[in-house]
Amino acid sequence: MLFWCALWVVMLLAGCRREPRADLVIANGNEPESLDPAIVTAVPDMRITKALFEGLARLDGKSGRPTPGLAERWELSPDGRVYTFFLRTNAAWSTGAPITSADVLYSWLRALSPQTASDYAGQLFYIHNAEAFYNGKLKTPSEVGLRALDPRTFQVELDYPLAFFLDLCCYPTLAVVPRRIIEQFGDRWVTHLPLPCSGPYELVDWRLNDKIRLHKNPYYWDAANTRSSLVDLLPTASPNTALNLYETGIADVVWDKDLVPVELMDALMKRPDYHNFDFLGTFFYRFNVTRKPLDDPRVRQAFALATDKQRIVKKLTFGGEKVAAHFVPDGVANYQSPEGPGFDPNLARQLLAQAGFPGGQGFPHLQYMFFSAAGGGAKIQGKIAVELQQMWRKELGVEIQLRQIERKVFYSSQSRLDYDLSASSWVGDYNDANTFLDMFAANSGNNRTGWANAHYDALILEANQQTDLRRRAELFRQAETILVAQQMPIVPIYFYAGFMYFNDLKIKGIYPNLLDEHPIQDIWKVKPGAETPGASTGAIAFISAVVLKRFQ
Amino acid sequence: MYFLRRLFLLVPLLLVISFLSFVLVRVAPGGPFDRERKPASSEIERQIKAKYHLDEPVWKQYARFLADLARGDFGISLQYRNHTVNDIIAQALPVSASLGLLAFGFAMGVGLPLGYLTAARRGHYQDYLGSFVAVLMVCVPGFVVAPLLIMYLGIKWRLFPVALWVSPMHAVLPVIALGLYFAGRVARLMREGMLNVMPSEFIMAARAKGLSENALLLKHALPLAILPVVSYSGPLLADLLTGSFVIETIFQIPGVGAFFVNGSLNRDYTLVVGLVILYAVLLIVLNLLVDLIYVLLDPRVKYD
Repeated sequence: MLFWCALWVVMLLAGCRREPRADLVIANGNEPESLDPAIVTAVPDMRITKALFEGLARLDGKSGRPTPGLAERWELSPDGRVYTFFLRTNAAWSTGAPITSADVLYSWLRALSPQTASDYAGQLFYIHNAEAFYNGKLKTPSEVGLRALDPRTFQVELDYPLAFFLDLCCYPTLAVVPRRIIEQFGDRWVTHLPLPCSGPYELVDWRLNDKIRLHKNPYYWDAANTRSSLVDLLPTASPNTALNLYETGIADVVWDKDLVPVELMDALMKRPDYHNFDFLGTFFYRFNVTRKPLDDPRVRQAFALATDKQRIVKKLTFGGEKVAAHFVPDGVANYQSPEGPGFDPNLARQLLAQAGFPGGQGFPHLQYMFFSAAGGGAKIQGKIAVELQQMWRKELGVEIQLRQIERKVFYSSQSRLDYDLSASSWVGDYNDANTFLDMFAANSGNNRTGWANAHYDALILEANQQTDLRRRAELFRQAETILVAQQMPIVPIYFYAGFMYFNDLKIKGIYPNLLDEHPIQDIWKVKPGAETPGASTGAIAFISAVVLKRFQ
Repeated sequence: MYFLRRLFLLVPLLLVISFLSFVLVRVAPGGPFDRERKPASSEIERQIKAKYHLDEPVWKQYARFLADLARGDFGISLQYRNHTVNDIIAQALPVSASLGLLAFGFAMGVGLPLGYLTAARRGHYQDYLGSFVAVLMVCVPGFVVAPLLIMYLGIKWRLFPVALWVSPMHAVLPVIALGLYFAGRVARLMREGMLNVMPSEFIMAARAKGLSENALLLKHALPLAILPVVSYSGPLLADLLTGSFVIETIFQIPGVGAFFVNGSLNRDYTLVVGLVILYAVLLIVLNLLVDLIYVLLDPRVKYD
């Protein structure tokens, strides 16, 4: 009795409060590092940020392609370098004040300012003089190729025509943010309520590791099409907790690929409320080509040919992933990848013998580096590492040691080229081959293999300055051939599949697309009554089966 | 006087602790901004580090940190870049503290009677059964208890919510999962304490005077027998108040424990140092309190 009284008192003190239930509850993945569009880098953070702040264009929830956002239309100059955007007359902040081209100019220059310290400032470097301004070589922002011609017209001058510039305009980095609040509150501006928002939602509450609550922005230009008024996003970090919340009806949607328990994947896959779809992400491994004998392309080819990708996808990942014969995922806009080599252990042994290691004799004890975190997706890395080790031992006769390290140490070691072979992954920022291919240019911070190829770099640069899309695709294709079929500083293994669970009889407005883009304003829950009877008993039977399976 | 001196010693102690944690967390390989994707140019990387003064020599960073600390400011989190460490502590500590206090109450509420009972009925079946239960509570870790509780009480019978921190009902499962181990520890300490005190001369004298067994145990044996539990409860309470990573993650509770572990995994320098200092202060103050309670309970203990 005393215990229960104490419980009530303490909970009251802890600030528990009764709130109206949200129209839609989503288990969103890790607690966002930030909701500042210029700062966010992680997918769960961006999903929320996009609901709060919009740019000149936005991605369509069905196709994942750019459609007009705060700008109702745009014009492109004949040379493909100058975009002129025309803002909507009804573009407004959640306070009701109009959004003008001065707001856009401020937001873009802010993302470009070194004081903001945006990870993605580089996305503005395609704009004339932007990089020089960032590096402090130019002092006046007016020299950057951005002009607010009048309150409704905004002009951008690029250094060269850029096929994916509109995709960048949909990116959070280029979203429109409120100047007055930012100047007043500095780094903590997003936590200041009420927060003027330019997107379909405004922020009601942000409690760390607890929840983020959004409310429909009534002044949003497309407010009529915002389907759910009150939305909760739960910062769920554990896949099992996500499943528990979903099964007990607290969360309506679970939508992060790290939120699916790997152990239950094969059981989950069979359920009607489990949805998986292709998206722009590749799992691969890197070679450190600055270390002998990995500097020899024949050795790298031998490793690639001895990697049975089919087996990894069939035996370990389960999530409907597709084998990757090339690096750029299938389905990317205006592009078709070349095929890399398949599984050919005989040829692999020949190549290794030619390189001076017949039957793997005399091959040094190299290490394969990976990290394995508690999350769903990362857990599988350990299993893949063991599988690769066995394949290389069996097919090539080489002994590769496994080196499992912490995540931050992993990325730091990879950047410093302190590894031999390393597990790697990449998810595209936008729907274009460039987001995959430019990372292996010699000067890219994401290369991390020590591999440098002047011909490759020239092809990428030429492709990006090309206005003819067919010619551009051809140049990219040549570059990717060097990457995955000839030089092979990397070996692609599989393309990621996105997955989420939601009952599609109850939840509407989520469509599969390559960018894993599901705008929150499109999603709604069918009003109760349409529920199927017996759903909860089914859930219990499922959970019991799953638990029994775990203890076997 | 003694307690004032100990309070005064807190300052140099905290300085040493803050310096060690400040340096150690920076010595660990990997940094807060080592991620899968690198910025487009090395200049961007440099600017990000410069913004958080990570490009300065460590002694200068520490001096800056001390200056801020003097104003009670732990600085901005490097992982949660819109929040200061003070914001995070202000949001998370009350949650962890409530959960911890409840679990502490649960551990005492279950552990003390259980320990008392097993000692009072020594050699009887209650002793064996109770001791077995206490050992079981100590042996089965929280990450096993929690899923079992969720499975049966949460999902199968729908008695309690499986996660989140919304209403008192939401606290029930995490409190049990967190408190069970400590309840077992307390029961065992309590039993030991009772068994040590019971053969004492003053107990025999009291018994010889014809005091009833219950009055004897409760009035005379208990205050001394509980001392091991009291000295254990200082660090226990500090531990519980600062949250548990496992329980907070499983039940998705917005407490300090998850921030502590994730902060160190993410190399969130400011957050880790801030939480280490918080933990140190709690531990020192609670140990001091334990010593005070000793004076009250045991007439043999005296400080100058």
